[in-house]
Amino acid sequence: MEQTLTANQVREAIDRLYEQVLAHVPDDVPVAVIGVRTRGETLAGRIVERLEADRADLPVRYGVLDITFYRDDLSRRRGVPLVRATEIDFDLDDTWVLLVDDVLQTGRSVRAALDALADFGRPRVVRLAALIDRGGRELPIAADFVGRRVDAPDGARVQVRFQETDGTEGVFILTQD
Amino acid sequence: MAPKASSSSRKTERADKSFLWTRKDLVGIDELSSEEIVHILDTAESFKEVSTRSIKKVPALRGKVVALMFFENSTRTRMSFELAAGRLSADTLGFTAAGSSVAKGETTLDTVRNIEAMGVDIFVVRHSEPGAPHMLARKVRGAVINAGDGPHEHPTQALLDVFTIRQRLGRVDGLTVAIVGDIAHSRVARSSILTLRKLGAEVIVVGPPTLVPSAIAAMGCQVSHDLDAVLREVDVINMLRVQFERFGSQLFPSVREYSRLYGLNADRLARCRKDVLVMHPGPINRGIELTSEVADGPNSCILQQVTNGLATRMAVLYLVSQCVA
Repeated sequence: MEQTLTANQVREAIDRLYEQVLAHVPDDVPVAVIGVRTRGETLAGRIVERLEADRADLPVRYGVLDITFYRDDLSRRRGVPLVRATEIDFDLDDTWVLLVDDVLQTGRSVRAALDALADFGRPRVVRLAALIDRGGRELPIAADFVGRRVDAPDGARVQVRFQETDGTEGVFILTQD
Repeated sequence: MAPKASSSSRKTERADKSFLWTRKDLVGIDELSSEEIVHILDTAESFKEVSTRSIKKVPALRGKVVALMFFENSTRTRMSFELAAGRLSADTLGFTAAGSSVAKGETTLDTVRNIEAMGVDIFVVRHSEPGAPHMLARKVRGAVINAGDGPHEHPTQALLDVFTIRQRLGRVDGLTVAIVGDIAHSRVARSSILTLRKLGAEVIVVGPPTLVPSAIAAMGCQVSHDLDAVLREVDVINMLRVQFERFGSQLFPSVREYSRLYGLNADRLARCRKDVLVMHPGPINRGIELTSEVADGPNSCILQQVTNGLATRMAVLYLVSQCVA
C-alpha cells in the first residue's frame, strides 16, 4: 500500500473539482447533488456544504445513491455485504443532477448509477464529478469534472480515504495480495 | 422461567457493517446466527425504500429464474414471493402439485431436478413434509428457500414478524412476546420462537395443553395455559390461526370455548400494556382467535406484516441469489 496523495493534495483536488462545479452550476433549473455510496456520499456532502455557502440563492438538493442492485459484477464476490437504502426523497424530473463519485475507473459504477437515477425520474442534465480519474475505462463514459488524474498500475486499487469514513484523508494505491 | 437473554445479543440489533452473507439457501431459522438474521432484516430495510419509489423495481436479479414450488397450497406467501421476485426483475415460474407430475407419482427430488434442468436459479419450496427443503438444498445446485415445510419451519414469516416488531417498537432484544394458539402444529410458532430467542427476546407460548407440547420449553420459552395471566407482561401478542379444518374439535371441546379462553378481544386488550403490538400471520378466523375490533384496531399491525413480507422476501431472494455458484 502506497499513499499517492496527502491530505493537502486531497484538499487541493477537492478545491479544483469544486471550482469547476461552481462555474457550471445553472441558475435556472433545480440542482441536485447525488453521491454514490460510500465515499461519493461524503464528497457530495462537502460539495453541497460549499455550494450552500457560495450560492445561498440556489436551492440545492442532496441525495445518496446505493447502486448495489444495479451492478453487473455482483457475483464476483465472496459474500454479500449489507446493502443500504438509496436516499433520494425528491423528484428528479427536469433537475440538473451532479453525480458524485470518488474514483472513476471502469465506468461500471457510473453506468449502474445512471440506471438507478432513471428510476427516480428524468433529469434535464446529468453531470459527473469524480475526485480521482485513474483511467482504465471499460465503457464509453467520461467525467465532466475531475479533481485529479492518478496513474496506477493495472490491477491495483485506488482508494480515497476521508475523515468522515476512514478517520484520515488521503489517496492510496493498493496492489493486489 | 426462560433464561435471561445475554447482554451480548444487544450488539446484534444493528448489523456489523463488515458482515458478509454466504448461504445459498434459507431452509430454517435454526441454522442461522443472530448476525445472519440481523443482516436479512437490515437488507429488508433497504428494500422497503424500493417499494416507495414510483418505479418499484430494481434489476438485481435480472436474468435469474425463480421457481415457486408449492407442493402444498398457499395464496399469500406465494403471491408475496412472486411479487418480491418481480420487483427484483427475476422471471418466475409457477408450480402447483395438483394436476402436475407429482400427482402421477414423481418424487419431489425428480420434480425439482427436472425443473432445474430448464435453468432455474432459485427454488421457493412449500412442502407438507418437514425437512423437504433441507433435502433439496443439499441435492440441487440452485438456491432453496423454505416457504413452509409441514409443521417444521416457516422462516420468512418469522423474519417479517421480527422486522415488523423492530419497526414498530424499535428493538427486539429485551421484549416479551406471547405466541398464542396451536403451537404444536405451527411452523410459524417454531420459526418465531427461534428467531426471537436468537435476537434476545423472551417468549411465552400460550394455549390449551393439547396444543402446547411441554417439550417446547426446551426451545427456551415459557409455557402458559392461561392467557389472562400473561397479558400484563407482554410487549407483543402473536395470535396464531387455529386450523379447525385440519383438526376439527378433537383437540379442544369447542370453538366457542377455545375463543372464550384464548381469543383476544377488546376486554383482554384493555388489560394489556397500552402500546402492545397485536400480530397475526393470517388468514384470520375473525371472532375466534381475534375479534374484528382488535384485528382492525390501532394496536394491530397485521396488514403491516403483509407489506413487510414483501421487503423481507426481496432481501432473502437477493441474498441467496448472490451465493449460487
